[in-house]
Formats: sequence, C-alpha cells, structure tokens
Amino acid sequence: MKNDVLDRRAFLKRAVVGGAVAVIVPQPQTAPAQQGAPAPAQQVAPPPVQQAAPALSPASVAYSYLNLEEQAFVETLVDHMVPADALSPKGTDIGINTYIDRALAGGWGKGERLYMQGPWKLGVPSQGYQLPLTPAELYRAGIAAANAFCVKTYGKSFDKITESQREEFLLGLQAGKVTFENGPPARVFFTTMYQTVMEGMFSDPIYGGNRNKAGWKIIGFPGVIAVHYQNVEKFRDKKYTTDPLSIADMS
Amino acid sequence: MANKMKEVDAVIVGLGWTGGILAKELTEAGLKVVALERGGMRSTANDYSVPQVRDELRYVQRHDLMQNTAKDTLTIRNNPSQEALPMRRLGSFLPGEAVGGSGVHWSGHTWRWTDMEFKVRSLYEDRYGKDYIPADMTIQDWGITYAELEPYYDKFEYMAGVSGKAGNIRGQIQPGGNPFEAPRARDYPLPPLSTVLASQMFSEAAKNHGYHPFPRPSANASRAYTNPDGARFGACQYCGFCQRFGCEANAKGSPHITVIPIAMRNPNFELRTHAWVTKVLMDSSGKRVTGVTYTNVLNGEEFEQPAAMVLLCAYAINNVHLMLLSGIGQPYDPVTQKGIIGKNYCCQTGAGANLFFEGRNFNPFISAGGTNATIDDFNLNWDFDRGKHGFVGGYTIGSGFNSALPIGYRPVPRGTPSWGKEWKAATAKWYQTAMNIGSSGSVMANRYNYYDLDPTYRNAFGLPLMRMTFDYKENEHKIGRHAAELINDIAKSMNPTTFTPATARTEPWTVVPYQSTHNTGGTIMGTNPKNSAVNKYLQSWDCHNLFLIGANVFVHNAANNPTGPVGALAYWTADAIKNRYMKNPGPLVSA
Repeated sequence: MKNDVLDRRAFLKRAVVGGAVAVIVPQPQTAPAQQGAPAPAQQVAPPPVQQAAPALSPASVAYSYLNLEEQAFVETLVDHMVPADALSPKGTDIGINTYIDRALAGGWGKGERLYMQGPWKLGVPSQGYQLPLTPAELYRAGIAAANAFCVKTYGKSFDKITESQREEFLLGLQAGKVTFENGPPARVFFTTMYQTVMEGMFSDPIYGGNRNKAGWKIIGFPGVIAVHYQNVEKFRDKKYTTDPLSIADMS
Repeated sequence: MANKMKEVDAVIVGLGWTGGILAKELTEAGLKVVALERGGMRSTANDYSVPQVRDELRYVQRHDLMQNTAKDTLTIRNNPSQEALPMRRLGSFLPGEAVGGSGVHWSGHTWRWTDMEFKVRSLYEDRYGKDYIPADMTIQDWGITYAELEPYYDKFEYMAGVSGKAGNIRGQIQPGGNPFEAPRARDYPLPPLSTVLASQMFSEAAKNHGYHPFPRPSANASRAYTNPDGARFGACQYCGFCQRFGCEANAKGSPHITVIPIAMRNPNFELRTHAWVTKVLMDSSGKRVTGVTYTNVLNGEEFEQPAAMVLLCAYAINNVHLMLLSGIGQPYDPVTQKGIIGKNYCCQTGAGANLFFEGRNFNPFISAGGTNATIDDFNLNWDFDRGKHGFVGGYTIGSGFNSALPIGYRPVPRGTPSWGKEWKAATAKWYQTAMNIGSSGSVMANRYNYYDLDPTYRNAFGLPLMRMTFDYKENEHKIGRHAAELINDIAKSMNPTTFTPATARTEPWTVVPYQSTHNTGGTIMGTNPKNSAVNKYLQSWDCHNLFLIGANVFVHNAANNPTGPVGALAYWTADAIKNRYMKNPGPLVSA
C-alpha cells in the first residue's frame, strides 16, 4: 500500500515536470465601488461556464501536516466529493486538500480550543465530541483505519479502489455502517472529514481552499461585500450577480 | 498569597451588556468602580473592520469571539442518572469572551417580556386550575411586573438603537406592529429595517391565515442614529455577517460602542482585562461580601480586589458558576428540592421548515441580524387557549435570514446526496431560492433541569467545572408539535416547489449543533429567600451588597430572546442601587 502511494506521488511529480504546469490565472479584482451595481445584462446572464480546470501547481501541493498516505487519501476524497463539472473544477484544483492540510497543521488541528482533560468516556451522542484526539490526530487515525478497512474489504487502499467502491465506502461511513476495529469511531471521523471538505470549499480563499472563489461562484455568494443598504429593495426577488470578493481582494 | 488592591465602591465581574450598563450608571453617580473582564480589549476599528471581519471560518466555525473551552467549560448530561461529560468544544450555545461580551456577537433581537412571564404561575392557575401545571414544573411568579420594568425597557431600546414598529402605545393598537405586545410609552427609536423577500412572503401567508405578522424589533440601526447618551451608530448595511460577528458599521447596538466607552471616559472607572475572577469573598458573618479574588491570566498573578459592593455581570452561566464556587447560598438539590443556587436552568427550543421556490431570488446574503417578520399569535396572545393543547408557554414563528453564510447554510431538498455532482448542482440551484420558517419556543423550569458543580472535571484554575443537567420535557414536546404543525400549514399555503417540513423535536437536548445562546436561570429572582436567590432588584438574599445581573435571574425561559429583559433589569438594578441602596445599604426587600 505504501508503495502504491509513493508510486502515485512519483507519478504526480513526473506529470508536473513533464509539462502539465499550472497556469494560475489571477482573478480580476472588482473595485469595491462597482460592487452591487451590476449592469442589467449581467443580472439575467447565466453563470459563466468555468474554464477548463487548471492543473495543479507545484506550490499548491506543498503539505505541512499530511504524510504521503494521507495526502493520497485526502486528494482522492476531495476529488470524489467535489468532481469537476460545468459548475466548478475538482476539489484538488480548488485547493480543498491544501485547506485541510493547513487546518490540521494549525491551531484548530492541534486542538487549541478543545478541552483535553480526562477522564475520557464515549458518553451518549447528546454529549458531543469526547475523543482524546485533536482534529489532526483524529484525521491521522481515521485515515489509517479507513485505508485498513478498504484494504480488507476491497483489497486496496481508498485512493486505489474504484469510484463506485469509494462511493459505497463513504456512504457506509456516513450511515454508520462502516466501523473501525480499534480505531476512532468511524462516524466521528466522517463528521470531521466532511466538515473540513465543506470548509475548504466555502471558506475565504485566505485559508488555502475555495481557490479563485470557485465554491462561492457555484452558489453566487458575493463574499466580502460590505454594503447592501441600497440593495435590499433594489434586488428584492431579483438576481444579484457580482464577482465575489475575498479578504485578500479587499486588503 | 494574593496581592491586595485598594478597596473600591463596586467591583463588576464581566464587562458585557449588564456590566457596561452598571459601570456607566454607577460611575456617573460618583462611585469608584473597577471592572474585571476575563477576555481582552476589542474595538470596532481594530478588530471588526472590513475585510478581516467578513470571515465565516474564523468567527462562526472557530468561535473567535467566544469562550475558550480549553480553559473553562461545563459538563453536560440530560438527566441526573447520566454521568456528565465535558462540553469539549462549543456548540449549542456561545458565551462571548472579550470586552463587550456576547453583546458584540448577538443579532440584536430585542423583545419585551411581559406579565405573561412575570406572573406565569398565577395566570395559568387562575385560568386552568392548579392541577394544570405539572408537579415537577418548578415555575413561579417572578415578583416583578411589566409596569415596573416598562421605563427600563424603553431606556435600553433607546440606548441600543432598536429598529421596530410599536404595536401598542399606551393601550392604542398600532397598525403594522405587534398587536399582542404590552403597552409601551412610545414607539421604537428607529423605524423597522427594510424587509427581505422571505419575510414579505411569510407575512403575506401569515396574514392569509388570520395571524398578525410584524417586523422583528432589532438593535440593527435602520438609519444613522445618535442615542440619548451621545453614542453614534451607522446605518445597518445588511451585510449578511451579523450573528457571531462584531459590526464594522457600528450599526448593531453593542456595549463596546455605547455604555462601555462612556464609563471608560469617567475617571471613577477602571477596567482590567485578562482578569479572571475565581471567587467572591464573604466576611465571617456570611451576610456581606468583601470583594473578589482574580488571576491576571497574562502572568498568573493572583489579586484580591476588596469592594463595598460586588456585581456579577458575567455571562449567565458563569455568574451561577461563581456563586457555586464561592459557596454563597445553598446549592439546589433536585432530590430533596432544597437549596436554591443552580435551580431552574432553562434554554429554548425550536422547529423549522425549509421552503424551496424555483425562480425566486431570496438573496440570503443581503440581510441584517433582524430582517425577519414574526408572529406572536401563539406566544403573547393570551386569547390563544393553551388548555386544548395542554402546555404552558408558547412560541413565536418567524422568517428571514441571519448570517446565511455558505459553510453553514446550504439548504437542499431532502434526498439530495451529500457530495458529488448532484449535490453540487442542488447546492447551486437552491442556495438563493430557498427560505425557511422557524419557531422559537419557551422552556418552562423543571425540577430536574439544574446546575451544580461537577465532581470530576476541572478548569484551567483547578476549579470544578459547572455541571449542567438539562433535557426538554413533555411540555416542550407539546409546544414543538403545535409549532411544527402551524409552520407546515403556513409553508404549504405558500405553494413552494418543494419543502422540508418542520418536525417537533423529541430526541434529547444535545450540545451540538448550535441552538441558542439564551441560557437562563440558576440564581432565580423571587419574593422571598425560600423560593429565590435574589429579590426583584437582583440583590442577593444572603448578602445584601451582592447583585447578580443577567439572565441567570430568570425564573423560566420565554419564547423571545432574553436581551431585552436583561438590559432592562440592568437599568432597573442600577436605579435601585443609585437611588436607594447607596443611601441606606441593606436589604432592599425585607425577607
């Protein structure tokens, strides 16, 4: 399994060197003064069709927490949950894997606001999270257990099984049908994992995900808009269309 | 050995809404006041400015303005037979931690609680008989009246810049307002916020059912405003980032832009941040408090702050915790029903439906904290006969948006997959074409819902965590079922493309997800020391120079948000201290 992962990394590197170099197209900034006053034509225009997904840039796959097995798992996961289509590029192309890696490497991942004193008991569901693990530790243990489950069930690790097997595994995890032997509770792992995928898709790009505000563009969320005083009535039951702004765009 | 500071006239523990109001009022009356706040200083200009404040991950998901559970939290259980376990991260409720407290990150909904709450037991007994109230429902009259509080509600609303439409001015029903509200002396200081499509559609449907929708009163300034103290508000920008955020426009009524800066300009006032109070000190008689001990959390040094008067103004939960840690009053025991500190903890309950309308544009990101329409037909309306349904209390129903941000808010119809292309397409389709209708229901006090000190778990200071024992009882289930049915009737009449109906919640109360930061009770007010911890002036029955100011004095929890009565009671207490207690320190109500 480890070798499989290493092979994959080697392949990825070759692919990058071999010419699939990312072209990062900077998003044109919208001046704050222009926001909220789109031309009428824009109001009825369908959402712009996404450009072909840019390939990964070498910088975009620099990891600070996840090991190789975990990188392969997370990249596979985010591309499975967020596949490329007309609405958005795939998960790795919008940086959800980068978001997850940074979140786990940072304060939240290290449990900075988590009460971490024992005694430790599982309790009942209404008592919430009770594991003696930080989110980063939970991710590490969860991926190891998930891969062990996949190897046992499908003969290969999560990143190597077929798409339909992955779907079956993830649905089982979500529904509580998959359990981990000696690992963390599978559903708790799923909840954390799913939450971070959504955060990586919809949080401000400053955290490494939602690259080019691709997540916000899917739903038409305008981002860091400061003023809507005039828009409440003007856009009541009318489509409000604008290029979303991120914190970096406004800084 | 703690460093002993110079004695002051009053020490305030916690500098949010109530601490800020007391600090301003008492320093203006000439008292030397020290406020001790466990969090740090935060200001609009330095901390809540655009673009940094527009960060859902930081403020909503990561709780940047909230209490840090790594240092102090509670243990939780649903009933006394369970073993309580720590709430290891925040979820169900979110106490603030910084100068301004939860008054920074609230949404601004400002209601007046009325004699429907303050006389709850006598009203229901008179109408339905003594047997109507279940034996374990430990509700009682509060010992205060709406008429007494009316001027103080008014004062709070004008100070906090509340936008709304009066429904009853001195007994005259006003079109467009809440016809069930208790009479008020005058209208709100500001006209209502502009309505959004969801609240308009809901209002129309509610009217067709014969109900009485009105704009939710909210401390989001509908236009620029200068309050009677001279504090200046900007106009609300409907930015969509309200609940959980500080307001960059100074449009949300908050203590850090109103009462606190005024107190801070007064030479009688001193604020010490990062000052964590661990105990209220009593003298040997047990009838007076002498001050507090606190730790400077920046260096671990411990101090004693002597004071002629101690005012507990922390978050409601933390006020009760401090009383239990200090051994003031007798802790409540649900088995013997003796003791009072910790009794009658309540939160709130709710139900909601999502409605999906192909072709409509709700623009959920264009909203204030209070751009909602509400009906009070099943709450303040005493003509609504609860007898048929067998419950005490009621619920409001409302619709609108509040911080509908995309990590947390992405409504899709039932049966939609949680990921993949189909999920993405549904998310894209419905984010802007969905609205919701939700209820907020009261929670009546119950014998087995209470706080005490946890026997096992400790906080960063080695002190026992507070233990919360809480679950919804049959009364709440009945309210929930009634509310869900009403919501679904209204929703169906609106002919949505599809909708996810409201269901009454019957599963145990849980620490996740977020429900409401409306925790009440624990040191309840009442008419005598046997039935309460404080008198109607929020003065401790045990120690007359100790005042407990916050929702911790509420005897039960109403359907409406608690900040209106919290603010009014703070002004009411300030007046009692200034006009009566300072002249003749002693019990303001004889026991």
